[in-house]
Amino acid sequence: MNVHATPKLTSAEEALIEGFQTRKGALVGSPDVAARRDEAAGVLKAGLPTRRVEAWHYTDLRRLLATVPADGGKGDAAAVEPLIEGSTVLAVLDGKANGTQVPQGVRLEKVADRLMSGALAADLAPVHADDTVGAINTAFVTDGYVLEIEEGADIAAPIELQNIHSGGQVHSRFAVKVGKGAKVTIVERQTGSVDALVSSISDLDVADGATVNWLIVQDQPKDATHFGQIRGRFGAHSDVTIFLMNTGAKLVRQEVHVVAAGEESQFRLRGVNLLGGETHCDVTMVLDHAAPHTTSTEIIRNVITDKAHGVFQGQIRVDRLAQKTDAKMACNTLLLSDDGEFSTKPELEIFADDVACGHGATVTEIDHDHLFYLMARGVEEKLARGLLVKAFLREVIEELDDEAIVEALEARLEAWFAAHG
Amino acid sequence: MLEIKNLHARIAEDGTEIIRGLNLTVNKGEVAAIMGPNGSGKSTLSYILAGREDYEVTEGDILYNGESILEMDPAERAASGIFLAFQYPMEIPGVATMEFLKVAMNSQRKARGEDELKIPEFIKRVKENAADLNIDMAMLKRPLNVGFSGGEKKRAEILQMKLLEPKLCVLDETDSGLDIDALKIVADGVNSLRSPDRAFVVITHYQRLLDYIVPDTVHVLSRGQVVKSGDKSLALELEKNGYAGIIGEAA
Repeated sequence: MNVHATPKLTSAEEALIEGFQTRKGALVGSPDVAARRDEAAGVLKAGLPTRRVEAWHYTDLRRLLATVPADGGKGDAAAVEPLIEGSTVLAVLDGKANGTQVPQGVRLEKVADRLMSGALAADLAPVHADDTVGAINTAFVTDGYVLEIEEGADIAAPIELQNIHSGGQVHSRFAVKVGKGAKVTIVERQTGSVDALVSSISDLDVADGATVNWLIVQDQPKDATHFGQIRGRFGAHSDVTIFLMNTGAKLVRQEVHVVAAGEESQFRLRGVNLLGGETHCDVTMVLDHAAPHTTSTEIIRNVITDKAHGVFQGQIRVDRLAQKTDAKMACNTLLLSDDGEFSTKPELEIFADDVACGHGATVTEIDHDHLFYLMARGVEEKLARGLLVKAFLREVIEELDDEAIVEALEARLEAWFAAHG
Repeated sequence: MLEIKNLHARIAEDGTEIIRGLNLTVNKGEVAAIMGPNGSGKSTLSYILAGREDYEVTEGDILYNGESILEMDPAERAASGIFLAFQYPMEIPGVATMEFLKVAMNSQRKARGEDELKIPEFIKRVKENAADLNIDMAMLKRPLNVGFSGGEKKRAEILQMKLLEPKLCVLDETDSGLDIDALKIVADGVNSLRSPDRAFVVITHYQRLLDYIVPDTVHVLSRGQVVKSGDKSLALELEKNGYAGIIGEAA
């Protein structure tokens, strides 16, 4: 007889489960929401995913999530300067949303109110079978913002959603519904003053003909854990760009689950991951092309230094009905140290017969010819290497084609390089 | 200014010897043309002067103003006044041309203990020199050499040379891929830099370039050695009779 002993829970797993029992009573929510929270906690009780779970193959969460901080930080989180001057800032500070001001054409609600009324219950369902990020967030989510951009509204200044903490645990949520033909740029800032465990889920619903730029700028303190997830559904003739920039934290899982639901929709995913120290950063995308004549391009650029480990999993599914899908995915990595590591797994699941889908991955060092050229003009080696590394990332940033955004992101690049030699 | 003494060099990766006992002296104010057939070591010589790591000097020395440069890296050599105009300038996506020019100029100034150029002064210098070379400022807004035509790349090299004001200019087949109008512009650029305290090593396969950049001396390179030296009439002789005669004579 085989005896399958349940593996002993790790201290992180125990902390999550006990944390839920302790905080359960204080977490807001209608009975429906409470039921969702219980389900999610049940998922956590089964233990965190290991490398044997396909979706977590390169990020063995059971091993990597060593500790879970107690709930509650110093309680002095403060909003930060927006990435782009003139943005409308809506901050969640230590898990609490206090913002009230929104531009014309935007309706604002708080996640806490929607949890209370139960209006958000349906959104708390897991997005896939091994949705650990979803489970952690659903179990503990406290607050965040729900925005509705009116049909046809052209929101000139970016809206910056800040998720700022002062340590402990923070579990926030954002939902943005963009009406037909509307245009908006959303910046999602993920940062804090001390190490923390953060989960943050964003829901993006884009109606027909709308244009959305969504930038996720994750710059957590050095030993923080960041679980991010963005879910999206894109209508016909919509144009959506999701741009990820990961420069912080020690353990990062950023998931992108999006559906090109309407014909002729265009989607771009761009990612810039600057990984140093012992950071483990996993970007996992699942993209469904569910309608005909949809186009997508995904470009992820990684710079790996020290002992960092980067991961990109990109899955593109093309529905049987999604003829004339055009999807191209590329993941390029500059590996700058012998101890660094990068793992990439592209997956194409194609059920239509008239599509153009491609993917490519490269892992390289700095081009020696380029380095020689710069040095032959008197640029000393360290500076020349820095220029080339930044050039590699800039190609993706400059594609954004908005001077203020490009400048702001390049300034963040400079800051990272200044801090990481 | 430049003394190359019994230089032997090989490809670092596979040990193939390319330069086999090369001797050459170039004085201040001199324009020395290096000619030779394909595979004679012309481009290799230019790379070795600039300090490319792919080549290994196994014997001999290169003296620049009386001091060996073999231990200097390419950036140090550039800062000391050595400039290589590449036969095939690299395209570097993501590095804006203007920024590159600024970084290069200021790096060299810094290495020489001079102050950084102020932005207006920098822009003024670039504009003036670009105009002389018929370079559109829009071209300089693009990433370095990316999407430049062959002629534009060569003019961009000369622009860099004019801005950096080197003391020893090495031009590697600057005429290749140029039509006659572009060739004249490039040659004018080079000629405008001729001065009593600056020397040029002009590497070329064809005599044509030397109609526009008239050399003081001409040296024929074959199998990694200078096999014959003379004045500008030697270039004309080569044009007329080809390399075979002279190389055969030397062997």
